[in-house]
Amino acid sequence: MVEFALPANSKIGTGKSWPKPAAAKNTKIFRVYRWNPDDDANPQVDTFEVDLDSCGPMVLDALIKIKNEIDPTLAFRRSCREGVCGSCAMNIDGTNTLACTKYVNDVEGEVKVYPLPHMPVVKDLVPDLTHVYAQYASIEPWLKAETPAPECERPQSPEERARLDGFWECILCFCCSTACPSYWWNGDRYLGPAILLQAYRWIADSRDEATGERLDQLEDPFRLYRCHTIMNCTKTCPKNLNPAKAIAEIKKLMVARKG
Amino acid sequence: MISSNRPLSPHLQVYRPQITSTLSILHRLTGVALALGTLLLTYWLIAAASGPEAFADAQGLIGSILGRLVLFGWTFALFFHLCNGIRHLAWDAGYGFEIETTTRSGWVVVGASVVLTLVCWVAGYVAMAGA
Repeated sequence: MVEFALPANSKIGTGKSWPKPAAAKNTKIFRVYRWNPDDDANPQVDTFEVDLDSCGPMVLDALIKIKNEIDPTLAFRRSCREGVCGSCAMNIDGTNTLACTKYVNDVEGEVKVYPLPHMPVVKDLVPDLTHVYAQYASIEPWLKAETPAPECERPQSPEERARLDGFWECILCFCCSTACPSYWWNGDRYLGPAILLQAYRWIADSRDEATGERLDQLEDPFRLYRCHTIMNCTKTCPKNLNPAKAIAEIKKLMVARKG
Repeated sequence: MISSNRPLSPHLQVYRPQITSTLSILHRLTGVALALGTLLLTYWLIAAASGPEAFADAQGLIGSILGRLVLFGWTFALFFHLCNGIRHLAWDAGYGFEIETTTRSGWVVVGASVVLTLVCWVAGYVAMAGA
């Protein structure tokens, strides 16, 4: 359902302004979304001033510095700090990306940091991913084959393997799905770009023998066809992949098999 | 795990306007405008079929400054929806998904719609002056 405004419990108030670090000359202002499940207050945006001369270059470095030195209660997910795990996906300076690969200096003015858009918030910058993971499970993301397993591995030509390029690299950070207005309004039933790209990754795999079954499962006004080629997904992907293209390939296969 | 009291993270409120989604919503809006404009066209045709007096009334309404402004907007809606429709046709055929191509084709659609709208109106006024 299209609801432009935030629900009453989600409206954002003005939060705390933390004091400027003493003797810092080169600072940057960070405005960070906060919500604590343990009190009854609405979300708010806290203001932190970070000394860039004693901080790493990435937004994630600044968040870790805030957590270490200013407010240890700040919650966010992070792990690899090099763009391969997808944990630190969030909305920075108005678009979704990975905090660990986003340079602080690429942001003009204040750095606004919010959780991935239109998601239930667990705490601060941590969104609840239960639903997207359930959607991921629904496409059965594993190799399905009826033919008996050969003695060695199932062979694949270099050309067949190349068809997976641009799809296997997805790290499931969900920057794309949470940038998609269609997923905002219909995320309960629409699978969204991340999951559809994953679905195509298995459809495109020459070793997978369940293509028909997979297409049957996707042929639905909501699961697949809520994609209106808005292209926010491809625009925001921090790995420079193309979910919109993957979805278009699925739609083409749907038409092709009708004959 | 209680999840019902969890707030919804901000979306439209914080997402920076993108050329991609802006043109997409404009496509939807111009589509609605075209549907409403068709009602106006129907009114004009019914007036024409109803006799000279009704037609003169319709001409007066549509030819007023406000009427012309509405028609101008409708013309832009028509050309934008047409040009962006062709862009969608290319996407449906599997072309133009690279983000540079998408950005460029988006601006081409905007430019072409403005130019076509102006050409249409200039041609219309020239034809009226010649008549």
